[in-house]
Amino acid sequence: MREIAASTISEQVAEMCQKANIYLGEDVFDALKKSLKTEESPTGKEVLKQLIENVEIAKNEQIPICQDTGFAVFFVEWGQDAHLTGGTLEEAIHAGVKKGYTEGYLRKSIVTDPLYERKNTGDNTPAVIYTDLVPGDKVKIAFAPKGGGSENMSSVKMLKPSDGEAGVIDFVVNHVKAAGPNPCPPIVVGVGIGGTFEKVAMLAKKALFRPIGQSNPEKRFADLEKKILEKVNDLGVGPQGFGGRTFALAVHIETFPAHIASMPAAVNINCHACRHLEITI
Amino acid sequence: MEPKRIKAPLSDEDVLALKAGDNVLIDGVIYTARDAAHKKLVELMEKGEELPIDLKGQFIYYVGPTPAKPGQAIGSAGPTTSGRMDAYTPQMLEKGMKGCIGKGLRSQTVKDALVKYKGVYLAAVGGAGALLSKRIKKSEVVAYPELGAEAIHRLEVEGFPATVINDAYGNDLYAEGAKEYAR
Repeated sequence: MREIAASTISEQVAEMCQKANIYLGEDVFDALKKSLKTEESPTGKEVLKQLIENVEIAKNEQIPICQDTGFAVFFVEWGQDAHLTGGTLEEAIHAGVKKGYTEGYLRKSIVTDPLYERKNTGDNTPAVIYTDLVPGDKVKIAFAPKGGGSENMSSVKMLKPSDGEAGVIDFVVNHVKAAGPNPCPPIVVGVGIGGTFEKVAMLAKKALFRPIGQSNPEKRFADLEKKILEKVNDLGVGPQGFGGRTFALAVHIETFPAHIASMPAAVNINCHACRHLEITI
Repeated sequence: MEPKRIKAPLSDEDVLALKAGDNVLIDGVIYTARDAAHKKLVELMEKGEELPIDLKGQFIYYVGPTPAKPGQAIGSAGPTTSGRMDAYTPQMLEKGMKGCIGKGLRSQTVKDALVKYKGVYLAAVGGAGALLSKRIKKSEVVAYPELGAEAIHRLEVEGFPATVINDAYGNDLYAEGAKEYAR
């Protein structure tokens, strides 16, 4: 049994929170630069140039890419031959978030109860944590600071099996069309298909963690990703909704088996600051 | 097209010279307010009490910046989603606000109010918080410090870039722009 100290998890998480908010991943940055070559609208090009400059300023001057440094979302794959010492996993992650957001001058955007007091917790905790137990003794932690503006433009729909591929396409395309400029395009569209009501939403979120440019491993779903991306960009919404060819940088689909009666689908949108970071301990 | 240089606060004539689709660079003083601050301001208006800031001619920027590091005027400071302020915007315009800066769609009620009170809605590039922070030269909290990132700040800006979305004539860049590039 391999031992991992809770303090190690906290330290690594604190560092991830700061890094993810300041350095945009190369996958997203490359996609932005590529879209500058294909964008037809002059205003759209201007926006993309500002976004590229923004990423460089953030990196050079150590300023968060976006003021919305997000809800801290984690997907943890815990090797079952690893033993955590000195605390629980949740405590360790929360301690890391608190340290990272405080010491990194990141915005604290979480309020206690969602309806009445809405009092800021002051340290951006709690985080949202999903944990899978996996074989081995390694621990993989994937982190994404998820902004509220794009998160608000999300949806789950319980489609019928007879709705088929066309039903999924209609749902996704109509949904992002309605979201329009709100989620800070160019967007990344996370799509979940299958599972249950809550599982499908999690799939859509997980899809946003996949590096841009990496398609679904199954050809039919990879083709569907391409087809939806084309339809989304054909809406003409463009960067920031000012009109143009680059509404989305990518569409990522994640799937899960479904009940014979069900075909749930979910859309979780991410802005162009599609921040995600993964480490293995 | 070269961006238009405009000076804040704005007069009626300044507003009427702006058209949907114009790119502008703003110099001068603007104020920040978002969800919680708007709620407080409109509650005061409804009670007939004095506001902590005079809205006459002012730009309101919908932003909740990250905390400034020592030596910085402000942290990352990009626009937040404007639609959440729709419920309050007509009253803000009635009280003298001339412009608001955010990102994303506005309701028809807000668009009508912009025409009625001669106001303008601009979008700054959402997510470009690091870039926009460099155009903010000074920042001080002038009301509701207890709201933290949502407090009302007075900002001094130089060359702050934005695009006119809804003008005082009822035009809407979001509708027009997409039409032009749709296939």
